[in-house]
Amino acid sequence: MDDLANLIDVAKTERSRQKRLRVHCCTSTGCRAASSEAVLTSLQDTIKTEGLEDEVEAIGVGCMGFCGRGPLVEIEPSAWLDPAFQGDKPLENEQLYEEVKPEQAASIITALKGGTATAVKGNPQHPFFARQMKIVREFSGRIDPERIEEYIAVGGYRSLYKAVYEMTPAEVVDEITRSGLRGRGGGGYPTGLKWATVAKMTGDQKYVICNGDEGDPGAFMDRSVLESDPHLVLEGMAIAGYAVGANHGFIYVRAEYPLAIQRLQKAIQQAKKYGLLGSQIFDSMFDFKVDIRIGAGAFVCGEETALIQSIEGGRGNPQPRPPYPAQSGLWDCPTLINNVETFGNIAPIIHRGGDWYAGIGTEKSKGTKIFALTGKIRNNGLIEVPMGITLRDIVEDMGGGVPEGDIKAVQTGGPSGGCIPVSLLDTPVDYDSLVAIGSMMGSGGMVVMDDTTNMVEVAKFYMEFCKEESCGKCIPCRAGTVQLYDMLTHLLSQQATEDDLIKLEELCRMVKETSLCGLGMSAPNPVLSTLRYFHDEYEALLKTPAFSSS
Amino acid sequence: MDKIRFATVWLAGCSGCHMSFLDLDEWLIELAQQVDVVFSPVGSDIKVYPEHVDVCLVEGGVANQDNLELLLQVRRQTKLLISFGDCAVTANVPAMRNMLDGAEAVLKRTYLELADYTPQLPHEPGIVPELLDQVVPVHQVVPVDIYMPGCPPPADRIRATLEPLLRGEMPVMEGRDMIKFG
Amino acid sequence: MSVKTLKIDGKDIAIESGTTVLQAAKENGVAIPTLCHLDGVSDVGACRLCLVEVAGSNKLLPACVTEVAEGMDIQTNTPKLQQYRKMTVELLFAEGNHVCAVCVANGNCELQDMAVLVGMDHSRFPYQFPDRPVDVSHEQFGIDHNRCILCTRCVRVCDEIEGAHVWDVAQRGENCFIVSGLNQPWGEVDACTSCGKCVDACPTGAIFRKGSTTGEKERDRAKLEFLVTAREQHQWTR
Repeated sequence: MDDLANLIDVAKTERSRQKRLRVHCCTSTGCRAASSEAVLTSLQDTIKTEGLEDEVEAIGVGCMGFCGRGPLVEIEPSAWLDPAFQGDKPLENEQLYEEVKPEQAASIITALKGGTATAVKGNPQHPFFARQMKIVREFSGRIDPERIEEYIAVGGYRSLYKAVYEMTPAEVVDEITRSGLRGRGGGGYPTGLKWATVAKMTGDQKYVICNGDEGDPGAFMDRSVLESDPHLVLEGMAIAGYAVGANHGFIYVRAEYPLAIQRLQKAIQQAKKYGLLGSQIFDSMFDFKVDIRIGAGAFVCGEETALIQSIEGGRGNPQPRPPYPAQSGLWDCPTLINNVETFGNIAPIIHRGGDWYAGIGTEKSKGTKIFALTGKIRNNGLIEVPMGITLRDIVEDMGGGVPEGDIKAVQTGGPSGGCIPVSLLDTPVDYDSLVAIGSMMGSGGMVVMDDTTNMVEVAKFYMEFCKEESCGKCIPCRAGTVQLYDMLTHLLSQQATEDDLIKLEELCRMVKETSLCGLGMSAPNPVLSTLRYFHDEYEALLKTPAFSSS
Repeated sequence: MDKIRFATVWLAGCSGCHMSFLDLDEWLIELAQQVDVVFSPVGSDIKVYPEHVDVCLVEGGVANQDNLELLLQVRRQTKLLISFGDCAVTANVPAMRNMLDGAEAVLKRTYLELADYTPQLPHEPGIVPELLDQVVPVHQVVPVDIYMPGCPPPADRIRATLEPLLRGEMPVMEGRDMIKFG
Repeated sequence: MSVKTLKIDGKDIAIESGTTVLQAAKENGVAIPTLCHLDGVSDVGACRLCLVEVAGSNKLLPACVTEVAEGMDIQTNTPKLQQYRKMTVELLFAEGNHVCAVCVANGNCELQDMAVLVGMDHSRFPYQFPDRPVDVSHEQFGIDHNRCILCTRCVRVCDEIEGAHVWDVAQRGENCFIVSGLNQPWGEVDACTSCGKCVDACPTGAIFRKGSTTGEKERDRAKLEFLVTAREQHQWTR
């Protein structure tokens, strides 16, 4: 691929190859488990037997988001995917089918000639879809993640070209800074600032790392992005490499995500073939190669310093910061480390400009955020929403509320986050508001709980997770989480006294303030937030001591 | 003013703490002038722990049913309870059996697997007290007012703890002389 | 050589830049408690006992890995730090099987001393009584995992000074243990040179010389310092 014309050629050729109608069938992990591959085969076979090959094409795509109702099949005119497309998108041309069984698949194709399909029809205008704003997931579930041509046809790698040929590295960093993008891994550190720091570091060798070690219980945003649109992440990494002066990137993906790894491998190969990764990208002086590193499934390896240790081949133990990876990271070189979703935002920002991005969201939290909406909720799956939307809008309107009874709490931020009571559902979803109420944005897990949920049990569940995932390096986390877990167990057996409750809170504060890394520092959060909002549930478990201390 | 009603009890320990108590030597005479020893394996013949005890030194961890019952009685009938020595404070050596899985495993290991001849489990309800599954320190069962670690606590430490109490003051349990374990 | 000026516990201090807060405090007569730190080997910031408060930072910072900076105002012994240090030591006692009465290091143990220093007269946290092994397969030494506090001094001293890397950490969380070789009995690890530096480095009685009984453990810390000075400054005196 030597210049822009070539890229445009590939896109043109691909678009002319595409049929008028595209039948998208999700082939991501969730729908696969519900036999979506058999659905796809049946769709493709029926197109042939019905003689529709010239008009219709069935394509295995990534995640469409409504995972609770999978496998999903959607029909969309290919013209809508053309970046140049302008005009109406009449509703009748978009058809969605939910929970499609392999034996129903054929009827979806025959219905194109007239009649009705036996598969359950979904409503693409449902708030679950209608209220989303897709930037990272714009093409998730609409293109074949295993064919780079499809990505190029929807405008892929144009941002990388723009960065390399039309912008200086400093301009790229400025654009990201102007966008107001903050790290999507949970902490919300300003991405532009991080890039600027790495860019300013001297040194011949720098690295870019993409953190795909998503490990929060109930969270699968990053897996979905990697499975559905791997090139988007690769393009973001390459732009980052150009901006900070790195020629080598690593994607760290956990071994539990085999499909994501497989699709990434394929994507890297295809991008190399087209000269979009590797040496002299677009015939420029810019080199950038990407390697995959597979994590062995330790939650703590999502912590950046532990992740770096793991890539180096060492034990995944967090290291004291400073020095931050930006100063001294992988093999002691300046290293930029961002999460999958963060990289997913880069190409759209370069394409449409930082100001456009900064126009979305709230004052301090820009853009959109992907959430995995799970737990006791009618519509579960992945949603991408603008920052600033309220929890109530997400849970009640988009999620459809709990199937039975009332909503009691929403847990965000996974084991590092907190439980938000129903009374605070009108809180806007942004980094600072969530921290103010004792939780955090986290990577995007959102677990809804109904009124049958015992909040002390919830706290214990997360503490058990942290205790098992602690690396064991520092004492407060290694031994403190064990004691906290035992205290919660003791409480639940109704053997604890008022004094024990005080001790529980004291130890929570100690573990939070003295642990070495984020895992330990945030491990007490689920306990502290439930103590704050559901204190009566703890009190109800207390017994009066047999002896009062003199 | 009435004399201070003073007691010592011996739970699961080697009695070394009581030996150390006897090491107070001539100060014991001074102590005896200021307190009534109302219950003690080394200072009294009384078999039943009395009511209204002012100060009690509790040696040993809680290892069996007898220990448990006596300790509960001590706490109910005593104003100020001192956890006396490492076994009381940490469960110490008696607790080294806790790594085996419960009382039954301990008995099997001791009386069957390690027996030289005629292996048999001791079982005399009402005479031989039943073992608890775990040996625990005193403060895990009842509230404790003063902790005096040491294996055994040296006589000087015992004296430095008791002297202020005789004056109606709380001792300051700080520094190597007062709280070193072992 | 550039110099930084700062305050430690209200005392004005001028010290070479690049120095750690721990070192700066030590040179100025302020003792900050430590367990995982060992002069001569790298610091890991794991025991959290050396955490200090720095004005303007809402985080507690480990003195052993924090470099001095101009104008720092450091407090090393606030009530909060005292409380947390005491809890840390309690957690350590509760997670292992530390029976001072029958330990080779009784009377010569940094953990025992630390308990005295932080004023711990009992543990408020229940003892865990983990089932941990003792490895006495080595000809001269033994390792009793019951007494190990996972400070990893042995790991670092063996790797960084002796260059043998016999030790490392296996498993995670509460199941962590110091592993010899490829999880072999110590006596079967060919890499071990039987130099005994790990015995000298160990703060407790976890690694000991065979034949020493209760309270008999002795350490030659000066040997470690001698080796480091010899290597780094080429001075062969002790």
